[in-house]
Amino acid sequence: MSALNGPASRPPVGGELPGYRVELGADTPLRLDCGVDLGPFTIAYQTHGELNQDKSNAILVCHALTGDQFVTESHPVTGKPGWWHLMVGPGKPLDTERYFILCSNVLGGCMGSSGPMDSDPETGHPYGLKYPMITVADWVRAQRLLIDHLGIEQLFCVIGGSMGGMQVLQWASSYPERVFTAVPIAAAARHSAQNIAFHEVGRQAIMADPDWCDGDYQRLGKRPHRGLAVARMAAHITYLSDEALHRKFGRSLQEGGRFTYGFGPDFQVESYLRHQGITFVDRFDANSYLYITRAMDYFDLVEEHGGALPKAFETTKVRFCVISFTSDWLFPTSESRAIVHALNAVAANVSFVEVESDKGHDAFLLEEPELHATLTGFLNGAAKHRGLR
Amino acid sequence: MTVTARVEELRAQLRADLQIIADIVQPGSRVLDVGCGDGALLDYLAHFKEVDGRGMEISQAGVNACVEHGLSVIQGDADADLKDYPSDAFDYVVLSQTLQATRDPRGVLGELVRIGRRAIVSFPNFGGWRSRLQLLLRGRMPVTEQLCYQWYETPNIHLCTIRDFVTLCRELGITIERSISLDAKGRVRPFYSALRLDNLFSDQGIFLLGKG
Repeated sequence: MSALNGPASRPPVGGELPGYRVELGADTPLRLDCGVDLGPFTIAYQTHGELNQDKSNAILVCHALTGDQFVTESHPVTGKPGWWHLMVGPGKPLDTERYFILCSNVLGGCMGSSGPMDSDPETGHPYGLKYPMITVADWVRAQRLLIDHLGIEQLFCVIGGSMGGMQVLQWASSYPERVFTAVPIAAAARHSAQNIAFHEVGRQAIMADPDWCDGDYQRLGKRPHRGLAVARMAAHITYLSDEALHRKFGRSLQEGGRFTYGFGPDFQVESYLRHQGITFVDRFDANSYLYITRAMDYFDLVEEHGGALPKAFETTKVRFCVISFTSDWLFPTSESRAIVHALNAVAANVSFVEVESDKGHDAFLLEEPELHATLTGFLNGAAKHRGLR
Repeated sequence: MTVTARVEELRAQLRADLQIIADIVQPGSRVLDVGCGDGALLDYLAHFKEVDGRGMEISQAGVNACVEHGLSVIQGDADADLKDYPSDAFDYVVLSQTLQATRDPRGVLGELVRIGRRAIVSFPNFGGWRSRLQLLLRGRMPVTEQLCYQWYETPNIHLCTIRDFVTLCRELGITIERSISLDAKGRVRPFYSALRLDNLFSDQGIFLLGKG
C-alpha cells in the first residue's frame, strides 16, 4: 500500500483556523446521550452575510461527514473552494446578500470544535478514544447553545445534505419552535444496515492500521493515514453512482495505456480513489472519523419515537422541503419518502422533490440546476411568509 | 412583472372548472389539491384567498415546477398516498379532473371526505350527448374536447357519467352539498334542470361534497 503514503503527515490545524470559536457549556455542562456531562467545550463556526436587526434571516447549514464550517470560502487547509460554494454566496440559492449563513464544525470534529484531539486535563494527553461518544442529537444540542449565544430566537432555515440532513431532522424534532423551515437533502430518519456496514468497513480500516495505536497515535507522534485513506476510498465509492463512475473513468487506463501486469494503479478509477484517500488525510483526523461515523450509525429518529416517525413531528409548524436524487443509492429516495409520509401523517407543511440526476449521493454538492431552482423557490416562498425582504 | 400583471395573468390562465372551485373555497381555509398539476389553483388560492394550501402531484416535473414557485407540493399518488393523512386535516380536499385516472375511484372518494371536512371533485362527464352519439352512431370510443385521448393511450381508466357519480356518492353515504355542471365551452349551465338533462347536456360536473 505504499501508494497511500501521503505527504509528510501533519495534524489538521486547530487554533490558527479562520472564523470564530466560542466556549459553551461553562455554566451548565451539556448532558450527552451517553450520560457524560460535557463542558466547557469549544464550537468553531463561520458566518457569511449579515444578521438582520430582528435576527430573523439566519440559515444554519449543517455539514456532512467529511465537511466542515468552511462552506463557501477557500478551505484553510486544502485551498480548494468550500464544499457548498455552488449553493452559498451572493445571488446563489443561499443568498448571502439576503440571509445570514451560519455553519459550525460538529462536536467531535477536527476543524476547531472540541473532539478527541483535545487535551484531557486529567492526563495532559489528547483524549483519543477516552473522548465521550457523541450523537446527532448532541450536535444539535450544541448548535442550539450556539444560536442562543448569538441571540437568534428562531432560525429561518436549517439545511444540510446527508449527515447534515440528519441534523436538520433532529432540529425539527427537538426544537420545532426554533426552526421556521427545514430542508433535509439526501437524508434519512435512520441510518440503514447497509450504511452502518459501510461505516464499519471504514472504521476497521483505520483500526487495522498499526499507526492507529488503539487511538493513541497523537501522543505517540504517529498518524494512521493509510487506514484513514482506505476508509475514505471505500466511502467515496458509495457517494457516486455506477453511471457517474462509468462516465468519468470507464475502464480507461493511466498514461501508457496498457496493463503493467502488477498492482500499481493501472486504471484511472484506481488512481482517482487513491488521490481521494491521500488528500483526505491532510485535512481529517482518524479518531474524529470514528466518532462521527458512529454518531451517524446511532441516529434513529424512528426508534427515538417508539417506532412511529410521525410522533417526531407532531403539531409541527415547521415548513419542510425534502429533497432526494434518483441515482442516490446510499440515501435513496425511499428514505426521503418515508420522511414525507410521516410528515403527511401529521398534516405538516411539506414539499418533496426528487431531482433527476445520475451523480449519486454527492449530487447535493454538485451543479444541479433543478436542485438550485427548487431551493431558491422554496426559500423565496418561505421568506415571504416570514416577512423577510 | 408587476403584481397587478401577475394577478391578471393568474386570473386569465385559470381553467374554467378551477375558477369555479376557487370561488367555492372560503378565504383563509386549509386546502389539499390532489393532482395539482403545475399548481395553478394553489397559486390562485394563495394570492386571492389567503389559503394555506398543499398539493400532491404524480408527475415529478409538475412537483418541481410548483416548489420552484414557492408552493408546498409533494410527489405522490392519489391511490397510494392519501391514506397517510389524518382525518379532517383540511377544510377542503380538491380533486380536479383526476378521479377518472385513479385505480380505485371509490376508495379515493372515501379518502377525500375523510381527510377533508369537505371535498370538491370535478370530472369529465362521459354521459354527455356527444359521447353518446359517437358510440351510438359511429360505434367508436368517444373522443371529445374534454376526453381527447384515443382508447389505447388514455390515462382515463375509470370514466363515469354524472349520474354514475351521484349514485356512487349515495352508496358511500357522501352528501352532495352543491353540484355545478359546465357545457362544452366551460360555461356554467343553469341548474334548474333535472339530473337526467344535466347528465345529457354537461361536459363536466363539479361537486361540493360533505361527510354523510
